[in-house]
Amino acid sequence: MSKYLNFIAEKNQVKYLIITIAFIIFSFFWIYPLLWVLSASFKTDFEIWGGLGLIPDRLVWENFERAWFGANMGRYFFNTLIITVVSVIIVVVTTGMFGYVIGRYSFPGKKILIGILISTIFIPQGYTIIPVFDLLNNLNISKNLIGLTLATAGHTPVIYILLFAGYFSRVPVELEEAAKMDGAGFVRTFISIMLPLTKPVVATVSILQVLHAWNDFLLPVVITLGNPDIRTLSVGVYAFKGEYFVDWSGMAAASVITILPIIILFLFMQKYFVEGVQGAVKG
Amino acid sequence: MHKKPLSKQIYDARWCYLFVLPCSILTGMFVIYPIGMSWYFSLLDWSGFTKEAKFIGLQNYYEAVNDEFFWDAFIRSFIFMFGTVPVKIVLGFIIAVFLNNQVLKLAPFFRTVIFMPVVTAIAIIGIVMTFVFSPFNGPANKFLMSTNLTSAPIDFLGNPDTVLPTVMGVYVWKWLGITMMYWLAALQTVPQDVYDAAKIDGAEGYRLWIHIILPIVLPFAIVIILVEAVGALNVFPLIETMTAGGPFFSSEVMEIYIFRTAFVTDSGTMPRLGYACAAGVFWGVAVLFITVLQGLWMRRTRRI
Repeated sequence: MSKYLNFIAEKNQVKYLIITIAFIIFSFFWIYPLLWVLSASFKTDFEIWGGLGLIPDRLVWENFERAWFGANMGRYFFNTLIITVVSVIIVVVTTGMFGYVIGRYSFPGKKILIGILISTIFIPQGYTIIPVFDLLNNLNISKNLIGLTLATAGHTPVIYILLFAGYFSRVPVELEEAAKMDGAGFVRTFISIMLPLTKPVVATVSILQVLHAWNDFLLPVVITLGNPDIRTLSVGVYAFKGEYFVDWSGMAAASVITILPIIILFLFMQKYFVEGVQGAVKG
Repeated sequence: MHKKPLSKQIYDARWCYLFVLPCSILTGMFVIYPIGMSWYFSLLDWSGFTKEAKFIGLQNYYEAVNDEFFWDAFIRSFIFMFGTVPVKIVLGFIIAVFLNNQVLKLAPFFRTVIFMPVVTAIAIIGIVMTFVFSPFNGPANKFLMSTNLTSAPIDFLGNPDTVLPTVMGVYVWKWLGITMMYWLAALQTVPQDVYDAAKIDGAEGYRLWIHIILPIVLPFAIVIILVEAVGALNVFPLIETMTAGGPFFSSEVMEIYIFRTAFVTDSGTMPRLGYACAAGVFWGVAVLFITVLQGLWMRRTRRI
């Protein structure tokens, strides 16, 4: 069965061709800024401002060297990687457990818990940032990656919980009963029966959190104000702009270092990105 | 049915409580606690960097509502919302309608391209766009001049009249992929037989869309509008990296105002976390109010 509405009739070749060509032109303009920065990262400063062409005369790899070592992007890359990986693990484990219980059991206080959670969905980040900054200072974890990682994992993951809860609630009861008969307890049932079943949700939630952690800006820029050592890539490029504002090609290289990993991840795991995004309106 | 006493119910569910604990602690620390604390901080005269804090009641609020810059930023945030959300909704719908065609062989490719800016770090987009819109040989101006659309370069981000529309345009470009995905999800819920039946009945063109398809996707539209509206009020990274609220505060939206009063000390003034919190609380309540209004509207529409 097809879910698609084919209003372009297959017979109508001319209409089809026009639409395709229009979209090809549109797509080129759409993606031009990203192609432009990619090409600028391989050009000399002079060449960047020289023309609209995208193919560099020769590949200037020194731009990347300057960005990676000179502007410390290498360090920021690993900071970002650590924050992203650890926060993904934290988020998947905690929201998975939460979603499992919410999706399959009823217990006193469940409704209140869900109510509190839902009410936090639309809290703007700008609203909580100052107390978060203060809290990390008071706990003495604002000067290392621990604080930043925890805060990155602790943003409202309501959508993750709903994704997990929805999935767990559809798992047949028989599976659980069979596990109980075999003498498996609550925790073992969760780990050995339930978790393996939810691989698609784990993938979707992981992707959404990678996207969030890697690209977040407000939180890291505030937390790292006095600590350049724990900057993330986004903050690093922003600081780069302030410190070496004439090194255009170096900045383009730093930008590419920041955005390329996620774009590659996206191209390979597109399905999960789409599911994660669409989960927000389907629910 | 006989109901167990509460204590027994709680005891039976002990594993459930253990399982919700880790996530609750995190949310408590980084969402619930900050919400509560920002209310308290907003009542203090406090720089944020020293222990000295004086309780001054509602004085911060009083100062905020009498600050011209506060209201300018407040209104600008809504201009931003009303200027971007309808464009995204309509444009996203049109693109989704085209890309939902199975016949269009390149549809997956176009979808990927349009979604690409969404996965790109927002701060990087902001910085790259300051190049793209540079009046000194930036690609945008180069293009406009080589096609003779303008004779002199336009200082997109340096002119108070063009800066906000430019930032809004970039915002639409950055996030349109998400809107498109929402609409694609909505369109896929239209069953093929509904569509076939309508065709047999002779519904064609705009009549098919208005009478058959729009009513089916309408409930989605309301959710999409809600999500988009709140999203358009959270634009700190893009504006901070593109213009930092300038020139002359002409692109300063609410979040930039809060950030500036809280942390930026360039202008020689002391950071004022207490005051920034008051502005933040006022803003948070305003956003919540709008969300609730929209939520009520959503419920009413769904019942009909």
